[in-house]
Amino acid sequence: MNPLINGIIQVQELTLLTGRAVRSITRQPRYWGEMFRQMDVLGVGSLAIVLLTGTFTGMVLALNTANTLQKFGVQNVTGQLVTTSLIRELGPVLTCLMLAGRVGSGIAAELGSMLVSEQIDAMRALGTDPIKKLVVPRIVALVTMAPALTVICDFVGMLGGLLISITLLHQPSSVYLASSRNAVDINEMIGGLLKPMVFGFIIAIVGCYKGLSTTGGTVGVGRSTTQSVVLASILVIVTDFLLSKVIISLLLQPN
Amino acid sequence: MGSALNAIEFRDVSLAFGERVILDRVSFAVRQGESKIVMGGSGTGKSTILRLALGLIKPDAGRIFIDGEDITHHTEEQMMEIRRKIGMVFQEGALFDSLTVYDNVAYRLREQHVPEEQIEPVVMRMLRFVDLEDAVVKMPNELSGGMRRRVGIARALVGNPKIIFYDEPTAGLDPITARTICELALKLRDLEDVSSIFVTHRLQDIEVLAHEYVIRDDKGNLIFEEEGERLCLINTKFVMLKDGHIIFSGTDEEIRQSADPYILKFFT
Repeated sequence: MNPLINGIIQVQELTLLTGRAVRSITRQPRYWGEMFRQMDVLGVGSLAIVLLTGTFTGMVLALNTANTLQKFGVQNVTGQLVTTSLIRELGPVLTCLMLAGRVGSGIAAELGSMLVSEQIDAMRALGTDPIKKLVVPRIVALVTMAPALTVICDFVGMLGGLLISITLLHQPSSVYLASSRNAVDINEMIGGLLKPMVFGFIIAIVGCYKGLSTTGGTVGVGRSTTQSVVLASILVIVTDFLLSKVIISLLLQPN
Repeated sequence: MGSALNAIEFRDVSLAFGERVILDRVSFAVRQGESKIVMGGSGTGKSTILRLALGLIKPDAGRIFIDGEDITHHTEEQMMEIRRKIGMVFQEGALFDSLTVYDNVAYRLREQHVPEEQIEPVVMRMLRFVDLEDAVVKMPNELSGGMRRRVGIARALVGNPKIIFYDEPTAGLDPITARTICELALKLRDLEDVSSIFVTHRLQDIEVLAHEYVIRDDKGNLIFEEEGERLCLINTKFVMLKDGHIIFSGTDEEIRQSADPYILKFFT
């Protein structure tokens, strides 16, 4: 098939699935148990990688920017720079890229193998709507857990920056902390939480779509898994740009 | 309206995936209490018939009736009601591999929010029926292929459906296990009055399904008997598919007299 037509069909199917999923969120029956289980598996299960990513990102940010800032004699704003970068950009994007890799792939692989082993058909035959039972809980789990993980990532990133400022840059912690506090205001935080919610939704819906559109047996499951990571990562990065533009013009107008 | 005597009826059903025609104006009916054996080579649309009857896919043209009700244009939610009447046995069992045998069999009742104390006796009765009471806490990947299909049958029987679809339930099994599964189908047909579609291409299955029947003696024991001079099975019929068409429809005696070379290949 023509790749262009194929692409358009995929966009159409993804949109249809999104529509059905959003409609299903508001309808009975709801699988609360499944939702909390997914929050645990997808969210809490990703805590370790988010902690590592956050800490080292904060550390490397402090390390890299301190040299440049020193040239202008404003080394005391290291904290502000690290914190702003994390809250606005690196926290949401890095957390969600890690989630796309760890969780998006897992969703696609799980649903894909359920599809090829006819478990999805069996589910429908036994009277369950797979959108409600499988897709909606994963969307809800990621839309709630991605912001939570982002906050944790931002926090440990700031601590990582603090650690480097004290040990390698020999700044007093009070300077770093005071400058960090300047970076945090309510609009920054709203923007910094809005992004991971949107990204979480993207990761969940792309993983589910790729899983549920698997064809070609076990090999197909592998293909779906790879495609879900690639597509989710690209969409996260592209959406990040668009959302940043919206957030800057709506929330972060310079006074 | 379809006839109320027919548990399942297909009227001029057609389906194609792109250029590939799967079914072309297929019509047949399964009467209440009847078993229809659907035969044909692979890729002739045998499993597709079951998926259509379950409403998992929709036909391009034609109409499908379940219990006299036209389900052709039913929404997914309306189909959920219809599917309560139907048990489906999938080819490889299609068990939920993250759930234990018990949870698999209990699945339908849990979805209907039946209280747990009512679920347990049903699940144990179904597992006893397929002779797998010992496997109750096992995970599907700990079971052999034959056991998985029997759990699949137990799961399909929960809720006492009056219609059961078997999608090649014996494919790839040893003759003894395959016979066990056919005997389960006989018990359902002769003792529970279940209507069914049995998709297969194994001659051994056909021998059992078309020539044997089961009765319960005075003491409640099950006795399998072969049809003979005094009794001829009339509740098992055949449908033979080829290239999306039905090329034969009738009884065991008729199909064995057919001169069609394609049919002859199956019986030699």
